[in-house]
Amino acid sequence: MNWLLVVLGAMVGAPLRYLTDRAVQARHDTVFPWGTFAVNVAGCAVLGLLAGAATEGAASSHVQLLLGTGLCGALTTYSTFSYETLRLAEDGARFYAAANIVGSLAAGLGSAFFGATLAQAIWG
Amino acid sequence: MSEPRPPLAEEPVDSDVDLHVPEQRAEFRPHAAPVIAAVAVGGAIGACGRYGAGLLWPTAAGAFPWTTLLVNAVGCAVIGVFMVLITDVFTAHRLLRPFFGTGVLGGFTTFSTYANDIRALIDGGHPRTALAYLALTLVAALAAVWAGATATRLLVTAARRPR
Repeated sequence: MNWLLVVLGAMVGAPLRYLTDRAVQARHDTVFPWGTFAVNVAGCAVLGLLAGAATEGAASSHVQLLLGTGLCGALTTYSTFSYETLRLAEDGARFYAAANIVGSLAAGLGSAFFGATLAQAIWG
Repeated sequence: MSEPRPPLAEEPVDSDVDLHVPEQRAEFRPHAAPVIAAVAVGGAIGACGRYGAGLLWPTAAGAFPWTTLLVNAVGCAVIGVFMVLITDVFTAHRLLRPFFGTGVLGGFTTFSTYANDIRALIDGGHPRTALAYLALTLVAALAAVWAGATATRLLVTAARRPR
């Protein structure tokens, strides 16, 4: 049952990352990898909300496996983030590489705190 | 005079999907469903690997999340090797990158758990562990992707050098 929840969540999360990335790139032809940035920040916010809900007793372990481990885990990625950073630095776009690191960390952490605080306001 | 070394092909920037690469822009033709299914199945396999690693080596509350760090570092090393191989070495099946790069490796590694573990460590009164985890993951991941890609490019270049 637990594995099935992780599988179901991931089967939605991974394609959602792929489709979001395509949609963002199709609309904004930029050097900066906004697509991956967007899914990572969104996933951090949802997981923060979920963790906050769990702390307040509003999210069961099944919901956490489905939406947290499965969906948010597969929606967000560290491998694509680091590969993009490497390729930007190699292509001479050092500023964008640094901005990707600092921006993803700041926005990811900020949205994680925002999600957890929001959960406390809703269920606390 | 020796033959000039054949240059390596230009790798994309985004390993999930990069619309600057004509083949990737067109990979929904004639059908999008096989690509999306490949990403979904790969993502499920990768997520199960990450979940399984967490069951095998659980992290206690307030402790340094070594398991997630290792999962992310391994995924980054493998994407570095994989992207060089499918760009320079062999003409991959059109579903291989969506399945393995976008799906398996993207599903295996996680940014949301990374950020939220840092948040939980800070909220739990472990700011130094949080900072160490933040920095160590970043350094390990970037070193891993660089080492994976660089080593593979060197091997490919050496193998192609005229004798």
